[in-house]
Amino acid sequence: MMEIILEHYNYWLGVIIMMAGFYTVISRGNLVKKIVGLNIFQVSVFLFYISIGNVKGGAVPIIEKGITLYSNPLPHVLILTAIVVGVATTALGLALVVRIKEAYGTIEEDDIHNQDQSL
Amino acid sequence: MIESHLSLLMVVLPLLAAPIVAVLPNGRLPWAVSTLVSWSVFYLAAWQLMNVSTGHVISYELGGWAPPWGIEYRIDAVNALVALIVSGIAALTLPYALKSVTKEIPQQQHALFYAAFMLCLTGLLGIAQTGDIFNLFVFLEISSLSSYALISLGKKRQALTAAYQYLIMGTIGATFFIIGVGLLYAMTGTLNMADLAQRLPELYEHRTIHTAFAFIMVGFALKLALFPLHVWLPNAYTYAPMVVTIFLAATATKVAVYVMLRMVFTVFSVSFIENTPVDELFLLLCVMGILGMSFYAIYQKDSKRLLAYSSVAQIGYMVLGIGLGSVLGVTATLVHLFNHALMKGALFMAIGALVYRVGSSRLEHFSGLGKQMPWTFAAIVIGGLSLIGVPGTAGFISKWYLVLAAIEKQNWLIVAVILIGSLLAVAYVWKIIEVLYFKATDELEQKNITVKEAPLMLLIPMWVLVLANVYFGFNTELTVGTVEQAVKLLIPGVNE
Amino acid sequence: MKHNLILRVVSKFLIPLIFLFALYVQFHGDFGPGGGFQAGVIFSATIILYALVFGVDNAKKVIPAYVLRLLASLGVLIYAGTGVVTMLLGGNFLEYGVLASSQVAGQHLGILVIELGVGITVMSVMLIIFFAFAERGRPALNVESESESELE
Repeated sequence: MMEIILEHYNYWLGVIIMMAGFYTVISRGNLVKKIVGLNIFQVSVFLFYISIGNVKGGAVPIIEKGITLYSNPLPHVLILTAIVVGVATTALGLALVVRIKEAYGTIEEDDIHNQDQSL
Repeated sequence: MIESHLSLLMVVLPLLAAPIVAVLPNGRLPWAVSTLVSWSVFYLAAWQLMNVSTGHVISYELGGWAPPWGIEYRIDAVNALVALIVSGIAALTLPYALKSVTKEIPQQQHALFYAAFMLCLTGLLGIAQTGDIFNLFVFLEISSLSSYALISLGKKRQALTAAYQYLIMGTIGATFFIIGVGLLYAMTGTLNMADLAQRLPELYEHRTIHTAFAFIMVGFALKLALFPLHVWLPNAYTYAPMVVTIFLAATATKVAVYVMLRMVFTVFSVSFIENTPVDELFLLLCVMGILGMSFYAIYQKDSKRLLAYSSVAQIGYMVLGIGLGSVLGVTATLVHLFNHALMKGALFMAIGALVYRVGSSRLEHFSGLGKQMPWTFAAIVIGGLSLIGVPGTAGFISKWYLVLAAIEKQNWLIVAVILIGSLLAVAYVWKIIEVLYFKATDELEQKNITVKEAPLMLLIPMWVLVLANVYFGFNTELTVGTVEQAVKLLIPGVNE
Repeated sequence: MKHNLILRVVSKFLIPLIFLFALYVQFHGDFGPGGGFQAGVIFSATIILYALVFGVDNAKKVIPAYVLRLLASLGVLIYAGTGVVTMLLGGNFLEYGVLASSQVAGQHLGILVIELGVGITVMSVMLIIFFAFAERGRPALNVESESESELE
C-alpha cells in the first residue's frame, strides 16, 4: 500500500492539487477566487507534465561533455507554452473582473445574478 | 513544394497582420488591412481545396524537422474544407463589419478590435491545418482568448459576465484537453497525430488511454457546446457585438466539431470507439440536446438568443453523425458542418441588419419590419427554410444524409428525433417571420417612423451567403464530393 | 512610497542589476535555464518595481504607453518575420539552418533572434497589463496631493 503512494507520489500530488483547484472554481462565488482556482488547476497539470519528463538517473537536459543520459526536455518546452497561456488567461480574466466591478459594483456571483434577473 | 508554403502562409498572414493592425491609427485603415488579409486567405484556402480534393495530402514540416519529431502541418480534404469555411466566413464578415462595428464599438477600440479578429482567425485556421496535438492546443488557446476579448466588447454590461463565464468554462475545457494530451504523450512518446494513430492500437486495453480519451472528449465537448456543457453559448452569442456573433456562430463550434472528428476517427480509430460506451452516450446527449434546445428556442424573446439555442440544437445534429460512427454518419456530420456555417451565417447577418436599423435585438422591437426591409426579410425566410431543411436548400442535403445514416443503422428513434427537430425548427423560425411580417405595424405607423432597408455593405455579404445556401442545395458536388473524399481518408480501410 | 529612504536607495541600486540579470537570462537560454519569456518578465519587473516605489506617473515617463504598444507588435513581427525570412531563403517556415553558413550557426542565430522577439513582446505586454490595472483604481486625477500619488 505504501509503495503505491510513495512510488507515484507525483501523480497523487497532481490529482490532489487538480481537484482542489477545480473545486474552488465550482464552489466559490467570488469571481477572483474562481480565477485563482483556475490557476491552481492549471498548475497541477504543469506539475504532472514535468514530472513525467523526468528520467531516472538522467541529468539536466543541457548538453555537456561526458553525459549520455538526459531528462526529456520536451515537456519543459510544452509547459513553458502552457504557463504563458495561463498567464494570459489570468490577465484577461482579472481585467474582466475589474470591468465587472465597475459595471455592477460587486464581484460576488450571486449579487450579479440578482442584479441581472431584476432587469 | 510552393503549394505547401502557401498552406502555411494561410496561418502566418493573419498572424503577421494582427500586430500591424494593432498599431494602426483608428479609422478605416485597420478595417481595410483586415479585409485584404482575409480575402487573400480565402483565395489561398480555395486553391488549397482544389489541390487536395483529389485525395492528395499536403505535408509541411515546420522548421525543417521531419515528423514525428517536428511539428507537421498535414492537410487533407477534411482540413481543407474546414479552412475554406473559416476563411470564407471571415472574408464575408469583414466587409459587413465596416458599418456594424462603427455603430456598436467606440472609435478608439477599432484598431484593437480588428487585431483581435485577426488573431481569432489565425487561431481557427491553425487548428484546421495542424497535424500536431500540442500545436492544436496552442492555436485553440489563441482563438479562445481572442474570442473572450471580442465578446466582452458588447454594449451591455452582461457582455462582461458572458465573456467571463465563457473564459472559465473554455479554459477548463482546454485544460482537460491538455491533460488528455499529456497522458497520451506519457504512454506513446509522440505528439504527432499520424504517429499516434500508428502507436495507439497496441495500447487500446490500457486504462490510461481510456482516461486520456475521456479527458479529450469532455474538453472538446465543452468547446463545441454539446448539450449539458452548452451553458456559455447563449449568453456569449446574445451579448457579443453583432460581427463577433456572426463570426463565432459560423466558425468556432464547427472547428471544434472538426477536432472531435480528428480525435475520434484518425487518432483513435472506430474500433476503439465501439468498445467504449461513447457512441451511445453521444447519441443520448444529442437527442436530448436537439429536442430540448429546439423546444427552448421557441420560448425566447430575444432573436439572437433564439438563434443561439438553435445553434446548440444544430450542433447536436452534427455530433449525432459522430455518434452513429458509420461512413454515412461522418459524411452527414461534415456536410452539416459546412451547411450550418452558411445557414447560421446568413441568419445572423440578417438579424444583424435588423439590429443595425433598430438598435435592439428583442423580437418585440421587430414588429412589421418585414414590409419595410424586404431584402433582409427575404434573406431570413430563405435562411429559415434552410434551417428547417426544406428541399432545394442546403439544410435539406444535410438532414437527408443524417436520416440516411440513421436508417442504415436501423435506429428509428434517431430518424424520429431528426424529423421532430425539424418540426420544432419550423416553430421558432415561424416565430421570427410572424413578428417581422404579420404583426401589426401600428406602432411604427403611429410614431411615423420609416425604417430604411439595410445599407448595401450589410446586404451584399448576407445575400452571398443566402445564395450559397440555395446553390449548395442543388449543386452538391463541392460539399458532398469533397466530403466523400475526406471520409475515405478519415475512416481508413472502410469500404463504401 | 518615495518618502521611504531605504526603499528609494535600495531600489535605485537594484534596478540596474535586475535589468542586467534579465539580459543574462535572455541570451543564455541555450546554455542554462532562461529564454525569452522568463527574461521578458524580469525586464518588466524592473519597471514595475520602479513604478511601485516612485509612482506610476514617473514610470510612464520612462516608457510611454504608445512605445509599449509599438514594442509589443515589434516583438511578434520579429518572430514571424524570421520565419518568413527563412521561407524566402529557401527553407521551410522557421528552418533556422538556412540563416547562416552552417546548420549549427544558423540554429544559434535563429533561436537568438526568436527569443529576442519573444522577450520584447513579453516585457511590453506585462507592462501594458500592469499600467492598465494600475490606472483603474486611481482616485480622481484632479486631486493632486503628495499622499494621493502613492499607489494604494
